[in-house]
Amino acid sequence: MRKEEISNSSNNKLGLKFEESKKPNSFLKKIILHFKGNGLAFIALFVLISIIFISFAAPLFAPYNPTKSDIMQRLQPPTLSPPSKGGFPHILGTDQQGRDVLSRLIYGGRVSMSVAFTVVLLAEIIGISIGIISGYYGGWIDLFLMRLVDISSSFPGLLIALTFVMVLGASQKNLTLALLMVGWMIHARMARSQVLTVRETLMVEACRTIGCSKPRIFIVHIFPNILSPLITTYVLEMAHMIAAEANMSFLGYGIQPPAASWGLMIGDGRQYIINAWWLVVFPGLTIAITILCLSLIGNWIKDEFDPMTLDRKY
Amino acid sequence: MKRYIILRLLYTIVVIFGVSILVFIITHVIGNPVNTMLPLQATDAERIALSHKLGLDKPILIQLLDFLKSVIRLDFGNSWWQQIPALGIVLKRIPATLILVFFAFVLAFVLALPIGIIAAYKSGTIIDRFFTNISLVGICFPPFWVALMLILFFSVRLGWFYTSGYGTLKHAVLPIVTLAFVPMGHLIQIIRSSMAEQLNSQYIITARAKGVNEKVILFGHALKNAATSIVTMFGFDLGRYLAGETAAVEVVFGWPGIGMLIVDTIGKQDFPLLQAEVFTVAFVICLINLITDISYAFFDPTIKY
Repeated sequence: MRKEEISNSSNNKLGLKFEESKKPNSFLKKIILHFKGNGLAFIALFVLISIIFISFAAPLFAPYNPTKSDIMQRLQPPTLSPPSKGGFPHILGTDQQGRDVLSRLIYGGRVSMSVAFTVVLLAEIIGISIGIISGYYGGWIDLFLMRLVDISSSFPGLLIALTFVMVLGASQKNLTLALLMVGWMIHARMARSQVLTVRETLMVEACRTIGCSKPRIFIVHIFPNILSPLITTYVLEMAHMIAAEANMSFLGYGIQPPAASWGLMIGDGRQYIINAWWLVVFPGLTIAITILCLSLIGNWIKDEFDPMTLDRKY
Repeated sequence: MKRYIILRLLYTIVVIFGVSILVFIITHVIGNPVNTMLPLQATDAERIALSHKLGLDKPILIQLLDFLKSVIRLDFGNSWWQQIPALGIVLKRIPATLILVFFAFVLAFVLALPIGIIAAYKSGTIIDRFFTNISLVGICFPPFWVALMLILFFSVRLGWFYTSGYGTLKHAVLPIVTLAFVPMGHLIQIIRSSMAEQLNSQYIITARAKGVNEKVILFGHALKNAATSIVTMFGFDLGRYLAGETAAVEVVFGWPGIGMLIVDTIGKQDFPLLQAEVFTVAFVICLINLITDISYAFFDPTIKY
């Protein structure tokens, strides 16, 4: 919506535009107003919620056991007709061990999503704590913490994550820790820059003047004001972490078989790709759709709820 | 300027030591190389013998000091896997990745520049939205998946290129195209947004009012001022790619670059080789960051070091 305004305003070549402020009076109306003119974000939100719901209620939706192999049914192409011995048709085909691809996708989504969600949640907690301390206290604490963040950001992330998993063994927990190790810095930077902005506002100045305690200023005044950029970071980082998890699992250092994850499914199906394209195509599409939805929602929140930052989309 | 470069080189040294110590802690304090090198049924005597041979029975701080000395001397020892100096193996693999990344970024930049500028110039129109969304979709696909799809279509179905290997142009086309996707998407987005920001600023309006040629406005004024953010993005992606982010794609195409070496090293649990890789890769990232920072002064004369 901002882009349209800019383009409209550039018609008069002066870049000036005055708009009557419409104040929505109810929460629901506010939300509808936010979605107005951005149907894409609405669709993305709908698709994402469906993916999350189906993944987490996996036993309800998956037609087959994702780890039970059935050698008679191996490498069946996608079909709408039920298998010979009856049961739900293998809509997305079966893999080299006769496991239903759709069921594995659904259970894999559970793993991929929960790894990404946990990593970003922990990273956000660590990042926000460091960012807030750094941004609020300033001085040598700030200098020290930010150098730490800078130096950590120059580390080769993939290499460190792989080393970590190599030493501790590949498992979902170790993968989560490895990704956390390379993913907390951006949250710290983000939180610090936001705290720096909010700290100088009149509101905080006033709080200090009337003698609010520091924790009170943090929790009641600063935190709610930096929430929207932090949510944006959360959503966009989830997209990054889903990609990172897929990458690690694809290389064989993430989720281990027989469990399923989207990246692992591509890695496993790779050698059968010439005869069985469905083993690779569907997990890849699922990853792409999930990441696309997260990016669309992230960018939408950024544009819509945070007029302070310019719409730099990276 | 000189002072700035010296400071940055000091910073580079800190980064390299930091990452080396981190990897040392992960491999020697959290894990134990002996456990990963010997089979599970190895006897205690064998373990002690190997620990002694590798110097792992010394106190951990002495080990760390020994290790840091080896980093300073650039001598990481022989690779356990190939029995030749580790740094040599790593350096030999760099050109392959360099070729791939260089051409991928040339391709990405050549395509992204006109698209980004057009999208910014037509900001808000259907053309802008089309290109913005295309670039967003382009970066959502995992590169290793794109690689497999390209192989399936161009190598298997059409037979135009080889499925994997290293050497000729027929080997290199698909990995280059695959690797170009993500930087291209990032570049289109950053060029679009930073150009749009410039085109809406007061000095462009002034230039237009004076009747300056539109080409001069676009390339002489707006692009030059947008360059710093474009270069930042470019350097960021380049650093990540040269630091082994290409691993999955190199594995798919059997391309003997540094990414594939990293994956092999992890598979063989070869610590000297791992340390040499960490050193090389951290050095490359810092070098690219340094070049990026220095280039700011070139595009933006208000920046002085």
